[in-house]
Amino acid sequence: MDNFTVGVVVFPGSNCDRDVSWALEGCLDIRTKYLWHESSDLSDVDAIVLPGGFSYGDYLRCGAIARFSPLINALDEFVKSGKRVLGICNGFQILTESGFLPGALTANKNLNFICDDVELDIISSKGGWFNNGGEKQTIKLPIAHGEGRYHCDSDTLKKLVDNELIALRYKNNPNGSSFDIAGITNEKGNVLGLMPHPERACDETIGGTDGLFTLKSLIFK
Amino acid sequence: MDQFAVKVFVRLRPSVLDPAGEATKSASIKLGAEGIKSLRIGKMIEVNIEGNGENEVKEKIDLLCDRLFANTVIEDYEYSLEKL
Repeated sequence: MDNFTVGVVVFPGSNCDRDVSWALEGCLDIRTKYLWHESSDLSDVDAIVLPGGFSYGDYLRCGAIARFSPLINALDEFVKSGKRVLGICNGFQILTESGFLPGALTANKNLNFICDDVELDIISSKGGWFNNGGEKQTIKLPIAHGEGRYHCDSDTLKKLVDNELIALRYKNNPNGSSFDIAGITNEKGNVLGLMPHPERACDETIGGTDGLFTLKSLIFK
Repeated sequence: MDQFAVKVFVRLRPSVLDPAGEATKSASIKLGAEGIKSLRIGKMIEVNIEGNGENEVKEKIDLLCDRLFANTVIEDYEYSLEKL
């Protein structure tokens, strides 16, 4: 794994890119490379993180403009090749807007921007994103979003349930998400989108390490 | 080439909760307005566009609405078109 490199995408308005890079490099010794959103050359990265923030100022809808960047256009081939893509918060919104994951994320039910630690149940092992050796079925991660209410129609929800695509559910739904959904994967399992921030839970001194194994799993084949 | 003024209305689908609309409804009632049964907030987008006739412009606007202006998972759209 010496040369394994995770690409961290930087959009105008991304603000968790450096946190993700710090967590991967400093806590896990995984090499990272920043990818500017106008780049479409993904040949020298082995996995990609779409970090949190406010890409393009969240204009129109969160993630709606980012979807048309050259990098997101190039992501289709990357995903089809089976390489892993992790979308955190705004990254999750971009993945739904661009159709890599079903459903949509919209304004929190209570209209508050919620910044808190939340308890999450691990629902599916698809993709191995939360494979912590079976020690924990409930984890605690920070959330920080104003538009994190997951919404999908009943047919999509049935498909998510039947195909075990729901990765995480909130124990105490903070934002009104359908079915308490906090994170989902694609059918292959190589794309994960979640509202909580695993990169903010990678060191005991800043409130826990429950995010470590999700970032670590980027290196899984 | 003809010029058209297009007004696009984007609304949350009826099945999607509109918390901003609910908050505004609550404020409207506090203001003293009576009889409000429902209040929902959408967006209006104005586009001036040129094209060879109404049909060609409608095709362009349909594409814009479907792919960019609205997220059809949660939103519906409609538009009106006026030749300038």
